[in-house]
Amino acid sequence: MILEVHALFLAILAEPFPNGIAHYAAGGVLVGLGVTIIYLGTGRIAGASTFLESTLSYGSSLSRFQQYRPSRDWRVVFTLGIVLGAAVYAFTLGGGVWVTEVQPWRLFLGGILIGIGTRVGKGCTSGHGVCGVGSASPASFVGVATFLLIAIGTAQLVQAVGVGI
Amino acid sequence: MSAEHEQHPLFMPIVFVGGLVFGFGLALSNMAQPEVVLSFLLFEDFGLLFVMFGAAIVTGITFFGAIHFLDSAPLTGGRYARRLKTLDKNVVIGGGIFGVGWGLSGICPGAAYASVGIGNLPILYGIAGMFIGAYVQGYWRSSTPDAEPAAAKAD
Repeated sequence: MILEVHALFLAILAEPFPNGIAHYAAGGVLVGLGVTIIYLGTGRIAGASTFLESTLSYGSSLSRFQQYRPSRDWRVVFTLGIVLGAAVYAFTLGGGVWVTEVQPWRLFLGGILIGIGTRVGKGCTSGHGVCGVGSASPASFVGVATFLLIAIGTAQLVQAVGVGI
Repeated sequence: MSAEHEQHPLFMPIVFVGGLVFGFGLALSNMAQPEVVLSFLLFEDFGLLFVMFGAAIVTGITFFGAIHFLDSAPLTGGRYARRLKTLDKNVVIGGGIFGVGWGLSGICPGAAYASVGIGNLPILYGIAGMFIGAYVQGYWRSSTPDAEPAAAKAD
């Protein structure tokens, strides 16, 4: 923890935004705008991780997933929109196809923990982070603080023990 | 249980357009690239703060304005409300598990869907993992009688 705080101050003193902030801020505003469009039109609050469980309700009769049946169709449409919107970026402003070099096991194992954690914890970066914080929800402030701090600790630890990207 | 999209012919198009803008924004912010998220978590680039807080400021203004100045959503007739969840130990336990996964992989659900759109096919390992994880907790909580009832509609 002390090491982390030390690293944090060093990084802030050195160069906090080596890639500028314009595309980060613009992207964030658009993410908020996407939520806004759906909210103003339908009153629905679109978070990304409910899609996992609502989609499982198509193939599983587990009671946990059945509660999402009424919203499962539009959540599929929302997710297809996300995929296509990112594709539009990739083939206009972006430089075409981009492929990660993060190891598959990190993506897969991380994914399993994300699937469990976001559903038990009632939200992800969009549900808690964007919509919940935008709602000034105490549960979301706690959720965001928890997953942000734990994610920072995990990423630093994984790097410290020498695991490659 | 009627499906929520039966009310209005523009319901699905609006959801789709919202998804398009959301996904374009995620790709533009580079959050669809796990390396960029990891560089944030490793204190190499703090730009990602602007993504989450930029988005939260926009939704904050939207939610406040709609709740105070508008009646109901035109396509559903639904009342505007904030996104409020019960604060209990699940928020901390789940948030902690999610945090380990996020820190290990550099991906989160929305960014992972956007990553498919930029052609990043290895992200499918992560999305497959997410479905497995969501199923595991659903299986466990469906068979546990004291699990939360339908009130826990998280995003």
